[in-house]
Amino acid sequence: MGALFTTDGRELVVAIPERGVDPAWLARPLAELGLHSVRPLRTVRVQSPAGWRWGTPDAAFFARLLRELETPGQKIMLEGLPQQLAQLLALARGAAPALAAESAPRADVAERIGLQTLRVADDLRAFLALLGEVVMLLPRFFTGRAKMRRAELVEVLAESSSRALAIVAVVNVLMGAILAFVGAVQLKAFGAGIYVANLVGIASVRELTPILVAIVLAGRTGASFAARIATMQGNEEVDALTTLGVSPAEFLVLPRVVALGLLMPLLYIYGVACALAGGMLVAMPILDLSMTAYAAQTQHAIGGAHFVIGALKALLFGGLVALIGCHHGLRAARSAAGVGAATTAAVVNSIIGVIALDAVFAVCANALKV
Amino acid sequence: MSMISLEDVEIGYDARPVQSGIRADIRRGEIFAVVGDSGSGKSTLLRTMIGLMPAQGGRIVFHGPSSFGVLFQNGALWTSMTVLENVMLPMDLQGELPRVARPALARFKLALVGLADAEERYPASLSGGMRKRAALARALALDPSVLFLDEPSAGLDPLASRRLDELVLSLRDGLGITVVLVTHELDSLYRIADRMMFLDGEVHRPVALGAPAELARSASSAKVRDFLSRAAP
Repeated sequence: MGALFTTDGRELVVAIPERGVDPAWLARPLAELGLHSVRPLRTVRVQSPAGWRWGTPDAAFFARLLRELETPGQKIMLEGLPQQLAQLLALARGAAPALAAESAPRADVAERIGLQTLRVADDLRAFLALLGEVVMLLPRFFTGRAKMRRAELVEVLAESSSRALAIVAVVNVLMGAILAFVGAVQLKAFGAGIYVANLVGIASVRELTPILVAIVLAGRTGASFAARIATMQGNEEVDALTTLGVSPAEFLVLPRVVALGLLMPLLYIYGVACALAGGMLVAMPILDLSMTAYAAQTQHAIGGAHFVIGALKALLFGGLVALIGCHHGLRAARSAAGVGAATTAAVVNSIIGVIALDAVFAVCANALKV
Repeated sequence: MSMISLEDVEIGYDARPVQSGIRADIRRGEIFAVVGDSGSGKSTLLRTMIGLMPAQGGRIVFHGPSSFGVLFQNGALWTSMTVLENVMLPMDLQGELPRVARPALARFKLALVGLADAEERYPASLSGGMRKRAALARALALDPSVLFLDEPSAGLDPLASRRLDELVLSLRDGLGITVVLVTHELDSLYRIADRMMFLDGEVHRPVALGAPAELARSASSAKVRDFLSRAAP
């Protein structure tokens, strides 16, 4: 590359090479291109090659050159440009504040961590506010005074119940079978094979079935709640409700939370039955046990407390999954990307929330010795 | 007689003002248009007036008992409900009308907007113009005294846009309601607006208030005259 820049007093001469401006120059500092510090300029004169077929990279290059060379209150004259290119450049320079804003330096790591922390705190505050609002609205629901559509509740119940049965069954049967496999191999070595029934029974009733059903519903129903409400948000349907004096929490969130909260214990019982069946199907042939012996051992192992804890977990997990899904739907940005982000956040945060709540249950149960 | 007073209102997001110094008295029964360049805060002002956003400053006063209906830019019909159910829902939620009267009243509102034969259809099966009219019927469901219209012509062909304008005029004349209209459609503005306010997105304040034809001739802001001169009054 020959000399691109030469200075003559307060005039800078830019000699455009035969092939025009290389787009790569737009990303290189001017010093690398041969332009070191210069005195304040009055004119930039362009020497263009014959038959120069300029394009937008040329215009972008000159716009950037002028932006970097001009000082406040000191405009530089640009001479020697084809008329159309000069017009294009004038158009771009008219939007200079926007261009400058785009190239503003990115926030550093500490600033980004700080902003993200504030966002998370704001999100958590909004979630707790929604939780509080829904809890306050529960009496209105159970006394039939809540402002909501019955059809909406029925639709949610149908969507979350019968259509989820197959996947809940598959997951729980497999989970019971896996537990039985692992348990049988280990316990058989100690001559305690029959205790596989205890392992499968207690683990599924108390811990795994509530979590698995909640995770299935988080991926299926919670995600659909988030997507549905986020889409409504984008279409201003939520605003339309608000202008009627109806709280979205009451009309949209409450029926979903109640529906999932009530359905989860039922799905839990169904899931436990599937898990026990899965365990039994594997344990019987491996350990040469009769169905009666396995069932009796299971019955002996599972106390009422385990069931109560499991069912209570299921109820709360259901409400939590619905609440998180609705929360992310209501907080979604009003765009297609916003719907996707809300759905992802709903699934991820539901799973985290369910596991965290399960940990709280474990601590409480340990403290209460149940 | 004044219906709504905007008293030195400031609007914006997160303490970032978009417009300030908004002052206007919207008269009972008039069609009042809010006009301005893109991003000047027209829809933000409307959202603030209907309570979806807090005003950053000043006051918005509704004089006397008043209720309002809103036609959102995209119609905002509830997609899981039929057109009739959409119009009935505000009545169901308000709960003041006898239950048995609601379907007949909803059908009447649909007939007003020319959608009597579409009551069982879902929003997804309607054309853009029909969706807007259905949304207008829903906005009228509770007999509002003020109707807020956010870009009613957006996404409509000129014919559908003209029909909607005529409908708004007829509704104003027939029902005596006040209409606050956000628009950037000049034809629509000249056709139906009694007065307009121009929000300037560069100086972040209103720069003109008056009848469109009058402002086209004598607005002090060249930008307003230029904007209004792009279509014949």
